[in-house]
Amino acid sequence: MRTLADLKPGTSAEIVDLHGDDLAVQRIMEMGLTEGERVSVLRYAPTGDPIELRVRGYNLSIRRADASNIEISKD
Amino acid sequence: MSTAAPAATKKFRAALIGNPNTGKTTIFNALTGFKARVGNYAGVTVERKTGALKGSNGKVELIDLPGTYSLSARSEDEMIAVDVLTGLRSDQDRPDLVLVVVDASNLERNLFLATQVLEVGLPVIVLLNMVDAAEAGGIEIDVEKLTHRIGTKVIPLVASKNTGIDEVAEELNDSADRLMPSHTEVFPYEFTSAAEKLHEQLIEAGVPERYAEPFLVRRCLLEAGGMAEARIIREGGNNAKAAIAEIRKELADNGCRAMTLEARCRYGWIREALDGVVQRPEEHRASFSDKLDAILIHKVWGSAIFVLLMLLIFQSIYTWSGPLMDLIDGGFGALGEAVGALFAEGPLQALIVDGLIAGVGGVVIFLPQILILFFFIALLEDCGYMARAAFLMDKLLSKVGLSGRSFIPMLSGFACAIPAVMATRTIEDRNDRFTTILVAPLMSCSARLPVYVLFVGAFVPANSILGGLIGLQAAVLFSMYLVGVVVAIGVALVLKKTFFKSKTPSFIMELPPYRAPQWKAVFHRMWERGMEFLKRAGTIIVAVSAIVWALTYYPRPSDELTARVDAQHAPQIVEAEAALAAWLMREETPATTEELIELSESSPEEVAEGAALLDGIYAAESDRDTALQGAQIRDSFLGRMGHFVEPIVAPLGWDWRIGMGAIASFPAREVIVSTLGIIYDTGGDVDEESVDLREKLKNARYEDGSPVFNLAVALSIMVFFALCAQCAATLAIIKRETNSWRWPIFTFAYMTGLAYIAALITYQIAIRLIT
Ligand SMILES: Nc1nc2c(ncn2[C@@H]2O[C@H](COP(=O)(O)OP(=O)(O)OP(=O)(O)O)[C@@H](O)[C@H]2O)c(=O)[nH]1
Ligand SMILES: [Mg+2]
Repeated sequence: MRTLADLKPGTSAEIVDLHGDDLAVQRIMEMGLTEGERVSVLRYAPTGDPIELRVRGYNLSIRRADASNIEISKD
Repeated sequence: MSTAAPAATKKFRAALIGNPNTGKTTIFNALTGFKARVGNYAGVTVERKTGALKGSNGKVELIDLPGTYSLSARSEDEMIAVDVLTGLRSDQDRPDLVLVVVDASNLERNLFLATQVLEVGLPVIVLLNMVDAAEAGGIEIDVEKLTHRIGTKVIPLVASKNTGIDEVAEELNDSADRLMPSHTEVFPYEFTSAAEKLHEQLIEAGVPERYAEPFLVRRCLLEAGGMAEARIIREGGNNAKAAIAEIRKELADNGCRAMTLEARCRYGWIREALDGVVQRPEEHRASFSDKLDAILIHKVWGSAIFVLLMLLIFQSIYTWSGPLMDLIDGGFGALGEAVGALFAEGPLQALIVDGLIAGVGGVVIFLPQILILFFFIALLEDCGYMARAAFLMDKLLSKVGLSGRSFIPMLSGFACAIPAVMATRTIEDRNDRFTTILVAPLMSCSARLPVYVLFVGAFVPANSILGGLIGLQAAVLFSMYLVGVVVAIGVALVLKKTFFKSKTPSFIMELPPYRAPQWKAVFHRMWERGMEFLKRAGTIIVAVSAIVWALTYYPRPSDELTARVDAQHAPQIVEAEAALAAWLMREETPATTEELIELSESSPEEVAEGAALLDGIYAAESDRDTALQGAQIRDSFLGRMGHFVEPIVAPLGWDWRIGMGAIASFPAREVIVSTLGIIYDTGGDVDEESVDLREKLKNARYEDGSPVFNLAVALSIMVFFALCAQCAATLAIIKRETNSWRWPIFTFAYMTGLAYIAALITYQIAIRLIT
C-alpha cells in the first residue's frame, strides 16, 4: 500500500482510503483530507517528521505515523 | 407571546464561532470596543468571554467561543461550544443568533464547521473575514451567490482594518432578531430520516428532549464514542443504547459508514456550493508565505533562526526582566518604609509592611516576566510563526508523548513557571495541555538560581574537571537544571500513560499563512494576560504570604528573651562606648564644633579614628538587634514547626533550622536566602553572593561541634529546591488554568514527594562518597 508518508516533497497524489483508529480518521477527514482529494507534500521538518501538506488550498502538518494511515493513488 | 419581560428589555445574545485564527476575537474586540468580561465555564478549562455590543446600551451581548475546527466533541471541554449553542449550560443563556466567522482565503475548510452550525437550529449569519488576504492570494468570492447557496446572510469583512464591522453592528442592533434558522441540508435522505427515527425512539426511551433534540441526535449518530452519545446513553440507559446501535446498523447496511459519512457529505456539499462562487488562480503560485516557509522550516536556516529566536525570548524573560523586577522590588521596599513610618512599631505596622505590602510586592514582581513572555507569544502567534515552532519541535516532544506545542511553555518554565503555565493555552489537546502544566514547574526557574548560587558558592570547591574544561561549580549548577529536566521527562511519560492518556497520539496542525502582526492586538493580549494574573492569582498569593508572615512574627519575643540577648551583647556595646569615651577624653580632642572643623582640616585621620569608634557602637548595637531577630524567629511558630519536622528532614542531612527555612519558602522559594540570613543572625538583607552569609553557614555547628553544612547537605538542599513546588503563585495559576483545586494539590504533592525522595537519595549517596 502506497501511503502519504511515501510521498516526496514537491509531489502530489490523490487520497484513496483512510485506515486506522476511528477517531483519528475522523479528525483527519474533518481537516479536509477525504477520499478523492488531491494532496501535495510541501516539505518535511528538519528531523523528517512531521510533514507539511497542502490540501483544499491551505497548509497543514501531520505526523508520519498518521500519514502512513492515508492510502494514496499510484501516480 | 409570553407575558414575561417585554421584548424591549430582553437581552439579545449572539455567539461568535469559527475555526482557530479566523479573527473571532478581533471581531469581538471591534464590536465591544475591547471591553470583555473574562471568566471560566464552570467545571472545565475553557475560557468564557462575553461583552456588550458597543452602543447597544447592554441590550446586545456577544459571546466569544473558543476556536474549533468541528463541533464533534469527545470531552467536556470540546463540548462547550455545542452546549452553549444548544442552551445546555446553566452558566450561559442560549444565544439567539450565531455569527460564524469564516476565513475567506481558506473557505472550503472553514465551511465545514459552518455547515455543522447550520444544523443547530439557530439563525446564522456568516461573517466572511480576511477578504483582504483572499484578494492578495488572487481568490475572488461572489458574495451574493454564496449567500444564496448557503441560505444565510453573508457579510464580507476585514476585521483587522475595521471594514464591515459597522454593518455587523447594525445587523445586530436592528434586524437580527427577525432572522430565521437556515434549512440547508448536506446529508442524504437515508441519514436524515434515520436521525428523525432515532430522535423519536430516544424520546420514547425517556431521554429528555434537551439531550435528544434533532441536532444532538445527529451528532450522536455521526460520532461513535462522542459526548452527545454518552449523555444520551446516560439519560436513556440500555434502551437508548440499543436504539442507537440498531439505527447505526441500518445506516451501515444502506452504505452510510458513520465514521466517514460526515466529512464526505459536508465536503461534498461544500465543493458543489462553491462551484462558480470562488475563483482561484489556476496554479497554486508560490506565495510570500511559501517562500518564507522555505527559509523558516529549512534544515539549516530554519533551525538556526529557531534557536536564535528561542534564545532571544529566554534571555528577555530571564535577564532583561531583571532591572524591571529590581525596580518593582525597590519600589515596594520604599513604599513599605514610607508606609511603615506612618504607623507606630507593632503588629499592625508589621502586618501592613511585612505581610501585605511585601505580599503584594511578591505578586507584582512576576509581572515583567509575564508581560515580556506574552508579548513574544502574542507576536509569534499573530504573525504565524508559533505553528512553525511547534512543527520544528514536534519530533523531540513526541518522544515524551507530547507535541511541538509544548515547547514554548516548557522553555518559558526555565524563566518562570507562571507564564509557562499560562502559555499552555496554545496547546489544543487537553491531555497534552494538562501534562505540560503539571511538569512545567519542574524546570529550574530563575527563583531557584539564588539558592543554587548560595550553596554552590559556599560548599562546592572551585576545582575544574574534565581536564580543566569545565569548573566543578558550573558542572554542579548545570546538573541542577538537568535534574529538573530529567524528572520532568519521567513525570510527563507517566502522566501521558495514566491520567492523560490520549485516545490517539496524532497531531494535526494548521500552518496558517504568515501575516504582519497587529500591534494593538498584540499589546492588548499581553496586557490582558498580565491583569488576569494579578486578579486571579494575586489574592491567593497575598493570603499565603500573610500566613507565613504571621508564623514568623508570632509569638513576639518575651521580655526574658530580650533581656537575655541584651545581656549577651551588653559587654561589646559597653566596650565600644568606652573606647569612644576614651577618645573623647583625650586632650587633643576638640571640645567645640569650630575646633572639630579645624582639626578635620589639619589632621583628617584623627577625625576618622573617632568616626570609626562611633561606628563600632552602631555595629555592636546592630549585632544585638539581628541576634534578637534571630532569637525571635527561632522561637516563632515557624521555628517550632522546624523542630517538629526535624525527625523528618534529618535523613536529608538537615537540621531543624534548614527545615524551618524550607517551610518558610513554600510560598516563594527565593526567600530561603533571606530567611537563612535571619536564622543565622546575619540579618535579612543578605543575598546569595553575601560572603558573610556563606561564612555563617560554613561555621554553623551542631551542639557537638560538628558542622551543620557540608557538600552533601548542600547538594541535598539544592536537589530539594530543584524539584519542590515552593511557589504559591504557580499553584494559584495552575488552579486558575485547570479550573480546579485538584491539580494544584496534585502538583504540590507529587513535586514535594519527589523532592524529598531525591534529596534523600542525594544525601545518602553523597555522604558515603565524600567520607
Ligand atoms: N489580514 C487579515 N488579518 C486579520 C483579519 N482579521 C483578523 N486578522 C488577524 O488574524 C489573526 C487572528 O485573529 P484572532 O482575532 O485572534 O482570531 P481568533 O479567531 O480569535 O483566534 P482563536 O481565538 O485562536 O481561535 C490576528 O493576527 C488578526 O490580527 C482580517 O480581516 N484580515
Ligand atoms: Mg480568539
